[in-house]
Amino acid sequence: MISAFFIFNQKGEVLISRLFRQDLKRSISDVFRIQVISNPDVRSPIITLGSTSFFHVRINNVYVVGVTKCNASAALVFEFLYRFITISRSYFSKLDEESVKNNFVLIYELLDEIIDFGFPQNSEIDTLKMYITTESIKSEMAVREDSSKITIQATGATSWRRSDVKYRKNEAFVDVIETVNLLMSKEGAVLRADVDGQILMRAYLSGTPECKFGLNDKLVLQKRGDQVAKSDGAVELDDCQFHQCVRLGKFDSDRSISFIPPDGEFELMRYRSTSNINLPFRLQTHVTEPSKSKVEYTIHLKASFDPKLNANNVVLRIPTPLNTTGVQAKVGVGKAKYVPGDNVIVWKIPRLQGAQECTLTAEADLAATTHRQAWSRPPIQVDFSVVMFTASGLLVRFLKVFEKSGYNSVKWVRYLSKANGSYQIRF
Amino acid sequence: MAMAPPRKGENWELRQQLNSEYRDKRADAIKRVIANHTIGKDCSGLFPDVVKNMQTDDLEQKKLVYLYLMNYAKTQPELVILAVNTFVKDTADPNPLVRALAIRTMSVLRAEKILDYLASPLSRCLKDENPYVRKTAALCVAKVFDLKPELCVEYGFIETLRDLIGDGNPMVVANAVAALADIQEAAQALPPSPPPSPGRSSPPPSARPNSHLFAIDPPTLTKLLVALNECSEWGRIAILNTLARYKAQDQQESEHICERVMPQFQHVNAAVVLGAVKVIMIHMKNVTRDDLLKSLTRKMAPPLVTLISSPPEVQWVALRNINLLLQKRPEILANEMRVFFCKYNDPPYVKVEKLDIMVRLASEKNVDTLLGELKEYASEVDVDFVRKAVRAVGQVAIKIDEAAERCVSVLMDLIETRVSYVVQEAVIVIKDIFRKYPHSYEGIIPTLCANLDELDEPEAKASLIWIIGEYAEKIENADELLGTFLETFKEESYPVQLQTLTAIVKLFLKKPDESQAIVQRVLQAATKDCDSADVRDRAYIYWRLLSSDPAAAKSVVLSVRPPISLPQITVAPAILEELLGEISSLASVYHKPAATFIGKGRLGAEEMQRRVLEPEEEVSREKALQTVVAGNQAENLLDFDADDEPTSASISGIGADGNSLSDGRISSAAISNAAKSTNPLDELMDLFSTASMSATTAQPVAPASTVAGVPGLQPNNDPFASLSGLSSPPSAMGSGGVSPTPPQQQHQQQKQAVGGAQDDLLGLF
Repeated sequence: MISAFFIFNQKGEVLISRLFRQDLKRSISDVFRIQVISNPDVRSPIITLGSTSFFHVRINNVYVVGVTKCNASAALVFEFLYRFITISRSYFSKLDEESVKNNFVLIYELLDEIIDFGFPQNSEIDTLKMYITTESIKSEMAVREDSSKITIQATGATSWRRSDVKYRKNEAFVDVIETVNLLMSKEGAVLRADVDGQILMRAYLSGTPECKFGLNDKLVLQKRGDQVAKSDGAVELDDCQFHQCVRLGKFDSDRSISFIPPDGEFELMRYRSTSNINLPFRLQTHVTEPSKSKVEYTIHLKASFDPKLNANNVVLRIPTPLNTTGVQAKVGVGKAKYVPGDNVIVWKIPRLQGAQECTLTAEADLAATTHRQAWSRPPIQVDFSVVMFTASGLLVRFLKVFEKSGYNSVKWVRYLSKANGSYQIRF
Repeated sequence: MAMAPPRKGENWELRQQLNSEYRDKRADAIKRVIANHTIGKDCSGLFPDVVKNMQTDDLEQKKLVYLYLMNYAKTQPELVILAVNTFVKDTADPNPLVRALAIRTMSVLRAEKILDYLASPLSRCLKDENPYVRKTAALCVAKVFDLKPELCVEYGFIETLRDLIGDGNPMVVANAVAALADIQEAAQALPPSPPPSPGRSSPPPSARPNSHLFAIDPPTLTKLLVALNECSEWGRIAILNTLARYKAQDQQESEHICERVMPQFQHVNAAVVLGAVKVIMIHMKNVTRDDLLKSLTRKMAPPLVTLISSPPEVQWVALRNINLLLQKRPEILANEMRVFFCKYNDPPYVKVEKLDIMVRLASEKNVDTLLGELKEYASEVDVDFVRKAVRAVGQVAIKIDEAAERCVSVLMDLIETRVSYVVQEAVIVIKDIFRKYPHSYEGIIPTLCANLDELDEPEAKASLIWIIGEYAEKIENADELLGTFLETFKEESYPVQLQTLTAIVKLFLKKPDESQAIVQRVLQAATKDCDSADVRDRAYIYWRLLSSDPAAAKSVVLSVRPPISLPQITVAPAILEELLGEISSLASVYHKPAATFIGKGRLGAEEMQRRVLEPEEEVSREKALQTVVAGNQAENLLDFDADDEPTSASISGIGADGNSLSDGRISSAAISNAAKSTNPLDELMDLFSTASMSATTAQPVAPASTVAGVPGLQPNNDPFASLSGLSSPPSAMGSGGVSPTPPQQQHQQQKQAVGGAQDDLLGLF
C-alpha cells in the first residue's frame, strides 16, 4: 500500500503531493528532498529511513515518488509509478515540470481515481478518459451523462472496453516492434543477442469483437504437426506477456491468443526470443593507439538484411578517450561528427539499404595528460530502425475477428526492428 | 472568526473570488487554493469559503473542493460539520460517480464528528447496486477501521466486507480482499491489551476485533481463484497476496492453486508476475507430483528473465528477488547467465545486482565467458562497480575449483593495469584465494609484493601483510617488507597493525634466526605505542606465548585454518523461507525480514503504541535476557514458544545465536530477537542493522574475518568470546578484524566466521 505520492522538481520543490494514509505527514517530503534530491550519490531507487520507504523514478526533470510505511510490494509501487507516467503522457504528452504545473488539477483528479487509500484502482487509460476529461478530450467524447455505464465498465470483467463502439470501417492495425539487444565482444563473439518484442494493436472495430491472433510460434506449429515448424519458418518464443484482455488460462492450456480488444491503441503482448536472432548490422572495428596522443579508428558497417529493405536513422556512437581534443573523420555514407560533451563520434546515416556496406575512418588527437590511466573503451552503440524486418523472424500468421453482426474487417500488419542504446559492440 | 482577516493579500483576494457570483471565477479560485496548498502555503483560513462551493453540479469543481477538505478537515474539525450535509446528500446522488466520490472523501476526513454521520451512508453504499460504488465503499471500511475500529465492529462492516468476497464483480472482490487484509494488519498492530493509562476509555472487549478477522476457507478460495482471472491487474495482486497467506488443506488443493495461478506468469505487470511467483513458491512446498513441480520450475524461468527488460527500477526489484530465488532453487536459471550481462548504460544498482547473480550462476561450463565479462567490467569507470567485478573474480575462483587458475591469471592481468583501486581489490581477493587453495599459486607472490607501494587502503594492506606472513618462509626479503610496515606502525589503522603484528610473529616462528630483532621491535611498538586494546592484548599474548612456550606458539599461530567456501545462501535458511513467502515485497528486496525495517506501530495508533510499548519493551527485553541467562523457563511474555527458550539457554552463546538467526518466526522480531539472543552485543547489532538500512548488496564475501585466523587471541575464553569479538564495531574486531564491514554485513559474516572462530578456539584447547 502506498501511503503518499509526490512529484518533485529537480530543486526538490513539491509539485504534487497527495497523502493516502495518515501514517505520514506532509513534511516527509523534506526528508526525500534532503536524502535523495540533494544527495549526489544515490545508489538505489528505494531508500528506507526508519520505517519509511521512498520509491522514486526520475523522468525528464521531475521525480515521481511513492512513499510507504509497510512491507509493500516493491514491484507494485514501481509498476504504479510507471503507470502513472504512462497515463500522464497520454493526457498531456510529456511528463515534466512544466506540464505538471500546468495540469496539476488534472493530476489530482487522476490520482483520486487511480489510487484509493494507497491501493491502485482502475488505471486503464481508455476508461479513464471517459470520465476524467480535459478540454481537449472533453470535445472528443461528450458522454458524461451516462456515468452509470462508465462505472459498470470501469469495474466490469472487460473494464477496458465500451460496449457501444461503432465504426463505419472496421480496421485493425498490428505493429510488431522488436528491440534488438546485442552485446558483442572485442573478438566479435556474440555474448548476448536477444529480442524484446512488442505487439501494438490499434483496433477500430465495432461492437464486442472476439479476436484470435496467430503467430509463427514454434510450439503452436509443432503441436499441429505442421511441416513449417521443421523448416526455418517458426520462431521460438522464450516468454510472452499479455495485455489483461488476453485470456491467460487459454494461452496456458493451448497457446492460443484470444481476447476482446480495448478500443483504440494498446499493447497486446510482449515477447522475448533468444534463438536464431538475425542481427541486422555487423560491425568490424579496428582501433589502434599508435602513439600516446592519437587513436585511429577504422569502423566497417555492414547491413546484413535483405537488399530490398531499408534501415532508417542509423546512428553509431563511437566513444573516444576523455582527453580527446579533436577528431578528423571520413565517411563514405552519412555524416560523422565529434561531440565533445559526450566524448563520442556520432555517425549518422539517414538511410541505409540492405546488404550495403560503409566505412568510417577517423583519427582522434589526444591532449597530453600527466597521469595516464588506461582508456576503458566503452562499447560502440548502434541505433537504427529497420521497417518490415523482424530480427527474431516473427510473423503474424492471422488475426481473426468474430463479431455477432459478422462484419468484415481489414487488418494491417507492420514490422519494425530497432535498437535504442541496446545494440552494443565492444572494441 | 474572532479577528477580522486583513483586507488585503492573496488569501483576501481568494476569499473575494470564492464568494464571487460568477461561477468560473469561483472555480478558478478553488484551483488557485489547491495550487497554493501544493506548494506548502497554509490555506486553512479559507475553509468556510471553500466549503460554500461544495454544492455544485460541476463534478470537477466538486472534486477540487473535496480535495481541499481532505487536506484541511483535520485542522478545522469544528467547521467540517458544515460539509456533512452535502456529503450525506451526495452519497444518495443518482450519479454513481458522485456517490462513490462522496463516500470516498468522507471516510478520509479524519474528524471524529463526521464519522458518526458516515456509518449509515457507508452501509448503504456497501450494498449499492452499482459495483463502482461498492468497490469504493469496500476500501472505505478499511479507512474507517483505521480511524475507529469500534465503529466497524458495531455496524458489522467487516461481516459485510466478507460477504463482498462473494460479489459477482471481480473489482469488488479484489477491493474487499485488499481492505480485509489491511484491516487484519491494522488489527494486529493494535496493542494487544488496552492501554493502561487510567484516563482512557478502552473499547469494550466485545468490540475488539479479533485477530482472525480474515480467515479464508475453501469456498472463499474458489471465489478468489475465479476472480483472479477476471479482475484488473491491481486486483490480481491483492488476490495473489491473499492466496499467499492461505494454508492449503491438502496436497490436492496446493496443486490446484498452483495450476490456477501459473497462467499469471504471462501477465504484463511485473508485480502480478512476482506475486504469482510468490504464491507458487509457497504452495509448491506441498506439491509432490513430479511433473507438476517440473512444469512449475520450467515455466517460472522465462517470465523472470523477461523482467530483466523492464525499466531499471522494476528490473532491480526483479533482480533482488531472483537472487533470493536462486538461493533456494539455483537450477531455475542455470542456462540463462547471458541475460544478466551488464549493459554499459545500466544504472549502477542494477549492474551490481547482476554481478551477484552471475556469480551465482557461474559453473564450469560458462566460467570462461563470465571471466571475460568480469575482466571487461574491471576496466569501467565506476569505482564501486569495478571493485565488485574484481571481487566477483575471486568469488568465482573460490566457487569453481577448476577455474581457479584462470581466475588468478585474470587477476594478474588486472594487477598489471596498475590502476590503484583495481590492484588493491585484486590483492584482497587473492588473499581469499590463498585461503582456499593454500600453496597453489605462490608464483604470483613476487608480483604482489612489487605492488606494495600502490596500496593505501587498510584492507588491501592487511591482506598483503597476511600473505607475506603466511608465506614468510618462501619470501626471501619478508623481513624487509614487513619492516617497511613496522616503520609506519603507529600511523597505520588497527587492522593493519594487527596483521603486521601477526605476520611478524609468523615470520619469527618460521625463520627464528633472522628475525629476532624485528619481532622484538613489533612487540615493543604494539604494547607501548598503541592505543587499541585489541592490538595490545594480542601483542601481550604473543609475547607470553613466545617467551614461555615457543612450541605452543607455533601450534597456535601457524595452525591450519579451515578452508573457506562460497556460501550458497546469504541469509539464514529460515529467513530465506520467510522471504520467499514475501517475494516482490520490500523485505525480499532488502533480503531482510520486514520486522527489521518496519515500525511495529502503524497509523494513528503509532504514538499510542510507542507510549505503551516502549517502556514495556525495555522491561520485557531485560526480563527475557535474565530468564534466559538464569536458564529458567521464560515467561510467555512475547508470543514465541516457551519450549524454545531452554534450548537456546542451555547451549552456548554460539548456539543461541544460531537459533535466533534461524528462527523463522520473527513476527514481532525486535522483541523476540532481543529476548532470544543471549548476547547483549548481538542485540546492539540488531539495532545497528535496523537503524542504517541501505540497499547495499550484502554479498557473500569470503569470510575475510577469519583471515587473520590467529587463534587464542580472544580476550577471554568463554564461548561468547568469538561472538563478542565479531559483533563489536569493526575497528575493535578481535581476531577477525581484517575487513571493516558495514554492520549489516556482519550479520552473515558473523555466521560464517562463527564456524571458523570456533574451530580455532578448539584448536587452542
